[in-house]
Amino acid sequence: MFRSSHRDEWGFQLIVNGFLLLVLLIIVIPLWRVIMTSLTPLDVYMRGGTPMFQWPWEWSFAAYEQMLTHPIFPRATLNSIIITLTGTALSLFLTVPLAYALSARTLPGRRIIISLILFVFLFSVGLIPVYLLVAKTLGWTNNILAVIVPPAVGATNTLVMMRFFEGIPEEIKESARMDGANDLQVLWQIVLPLSKPILLTIGLFYAVHYWNEFFTPILYLNDQNLQPLPVLLRNILIGQNFSEYVDYDVSRAASIESLKSSAVLLTMLPMVLVYPWIQRYFTKGTLLGGVKE
Amino acid sequence: MCFKEFFALKGVEGSPWVGFQHFETFFRSFYFSELIVNTVIFSTARLVLGLPLAIILALAIHESRLLKFRSLVQTVTYLPHFLSWVIMYGLLLALFSPSSGMVNEALKSMGGQPISFLTSPDWFRQVVVGSDIWKETGWSTILYLAALLGINPELYEAAEVDGASRWRRIWHISLPGIVPVIVLITLLRLGNILDGGFSQIWVLYSVPVYSVGDIIDTWVYRAGVLDFQFSLATAVGLFKGVIGLILILVANSVAKRVAQQSLF
Repeated sequence: MFRSSHRDEWGFQLIVNGFLLLVLLIIVIPLWRVIMTSLTPLDVYMRGGTPMFQWPWEWSFAAYEQMLTHPIFPRATLNSIIITLTGTALSLFLTVPLAYALSARTLPGRRIIISLILFVFLFSVGLIPVYLLVAKTLGWTNNILAVIVPPAVGATNTLVMMRFFEGIPEEIKESARMDGANDLQVLWQIVLPLSKPILLTIGLFYAVHYWNEFFTPILYLNDQNLQPLPVLLRNILIGQNFSEYVDYDVSRAASIESLKSSAVLLTMLPMVLVYPWIQRYFTKGTLLGGVKE
Repeated sequence: MCFKEFFALKGVEGSPWVGFQHFETFFRSFYFSELIVNTVIFSTARLVLGLPLAIILALAIHESRLLKFRSLVQTVTYLPHFLSWVIMYGLLLALFSPSSGMVNEALKSMGGQPISFLTSPDWFRQVVVGSDIWKETGWSTILYLAALLGINPELYEAAEVDGASRWRRIWHISLPGIVPVIVLITLLRLGNILDGGFSQIWVLYSVPVYSVGDIIDTWVYRAGVLDFQFSLATAVGLFKGVIGLILILVANSVAKRVAQQSLF
């Protein structure tokens, strides 16, 4: 009896973990393929395309060299960094006080303000009115404010952060007020140090949004010197006027496919490096925060 | 503004009122049904195919006893959620490009003809839905995993004492435990059924696949931004916004009644 149930458990774990291994492979194989393509030297590629495995390793960093030495790539990277850093800073600077004020149950008109935020979240007016407002009324064509300002406060992010602040015990804030702290001091010295998980999570969400955004830059920024990485990557992938974006030179031993793959990997690198560090804060509280039970 | 005939020089204030004319133009146009059908196909396929996969993946992660392996699977499957659709386009080219894609190389080595998956009307929808599932399934397990952690462990212990197998414990304890979350997510996704996934389609589609790939939002973009039909495009966008608002309010009140949960 005991033995058979033990064997059941063993078989069960084999099926479960076998399934997880399959899922893992499905996610990893396309990424692996791109990594291999970016590293395959031109002569190997000419002989038989991208190998899935090779032994001995015949790697070449020529594609990365060509990508990084063309002036447009560092320029686009700098644009992306500027947009991501200022955008995330602005977003948190606006979202934190808004969420904190809304988390105070004594705030006059609280329900109306929350309903308004929900309305913005649920009802989209569509692309064109926003486009006309930003491009024509504000005149932000070729101005990175057009990419940074409109998405600065996200409704979902605000509500999730508000629910987190609501969960901080009132007594802690009250005792600080008894010691003579004003609301801003309570926020800065008491609430924010307790809110590291939510600040990192929501900060990451905003940063990911700004880093990945390609549509609004294409919509509002025509000047090539202002374009961020994803826009450059799209132009490289589409391959029109390839030489405009990459100093393509066969003698430097990289195929066009390698160049494209290296551009894909360089663009995703910051996300891959940052996200695992913040992943452990994606806890139940931070994500279920928006759901009211 | 969608009730006006917009002239750029006159501005919104100076343009004449035309009532519901733009809405009528849209409803009578030949592309109306095509756009609605494409949009609904994409959002429904994502829901019907993606949701069960997310539930199965969450259950498997929850049941695995190999803790290190389990957290590796979580880290790797969450990752694609953080990649932009431009990067996804690069990955899809690496798999499906007719000249050098991995899948087409395999087809050629087996003696078949390469297929241009991204520009073929026969394959475009499969690529869109498949790539969205690849990207988002891992991330969407988070809510189910949170719900699974919330199940009282005594229920599992009692079932073990009664001799229930692992599978029966999943069927009778784990699944019922996450039903409220499943209902909530399904209803909210149904409320967003007119969202066909703008940035994904916008990056992946091209003229040959407009008939099977064009959705409301991409059409609005082309009509408004590229063809300067500002009033018509605004009318279509507003139409989508109003229907979407109604759907999501209905979904929310159903969720409140059925699962005792709501988003707001």
